[in-house]
Amino acid sequence: MTAIENRVASEPVSDELALVQAAKGGDVGAFEELVRRYDRNVFRIAQHITQNREDAEDVVQDAFLKAYSNLGQFQGQSKFYTWLVRIAVNEALMKLRRRRPERMVSLDEEVKTEEDSLPREVADWSPNPEQQYSQAELRDILTRTIQGLPPSFRTVFVLRDVEGLSTEETAEALDLSIPAVKSRLLRARLQLRERLSRFFQKRESGDGTK
Amino acid sequence: MKCSEFLQELTNYLDGVLDDRTKSELEDHLAWCHNCYVVCDTTKKTIEIYRDSQLYELPDDLRTRLRSAIMSKCQAHNTQKGGGSGDV
Repeated sequence: MTAIENRVASEPVSDELALVQAAKGGDVGAFEELVRRYDRNVFRIAQHITQNREDAEDVVQDAFLKAYSNLGQFQGQSKFYTWLVRIAVNEALMKLRRRRPERMVSLDEEVKTEEDSLPREVADWSPNPEQQYSQAELRDILTRTIQGLPPSFRTVFVLRDVEGLSTEETAEALDLSIPAVKSRLLRARLQLRERLSRFFQKRESGDGTK
Repeated sequence: MKCSEFLQELTNYLDGVLDDRTKSELEDHLAWCHNCYVVCDTTKKTIEIYRDSQLYELPDDLRTRLRSAIMSKCQAHNTQKGGGSGDV
């Protein structure tokens, strides 16, 4: 089985550090290149966390501006992208908290560790299950399914499995321990799998209808 | 290996970071436990479907608008600070 491939195109670190250094010195063009590299990723992460298009647009602007104004604090010990994701996640969580003040939104919320996530009913999926649906239907299913996860699970899943950050980078971006990232990732993956089974499991009749 | 032990290792297995011995124990378990085989296979598909889904792609026109807003705010920040963006 192959490891999940990284979604962010890996750029030479020296090239990126040079851009960061130039941007620190006030070179807006160098910073614009960094924006071009990562704006799609930041937008996706922000949409997944906030579940709101306007909020996600704000997060993209606020996160890049905050990164620019605080470049002096970037020490280069982590990748620029990991540092940027950390800023974007914090901005997105603030938006989410503002929209849902009745619910505490935290990445530190308790995660159940008992065996209740053992799948109870295990149904196999059809081969190529996503092809049973149109692109729009599939997008709707995937969006609604991931929106049902608690923010702490959703965020870890998106950073690890959609954006391709490593476990260590995810831990750094979210200020979580590595075991906490792994635990949330396992539960996020299992919950998504269970919920998607409703749509993707093999049909008994085998007549190809939905 | 019991099913619960298999589940605890599932994430490491899917991420390809297990040592050879644990990987081989896990694959022995998968060979006879159909439920765990299905969970493993469909969890892998879950990850692949989300990774390939292109949910929330940034449309080109919005991308241009956001970038232009970001850059003009950065310019304004430079003007306010009278030069560089921070203490190097």
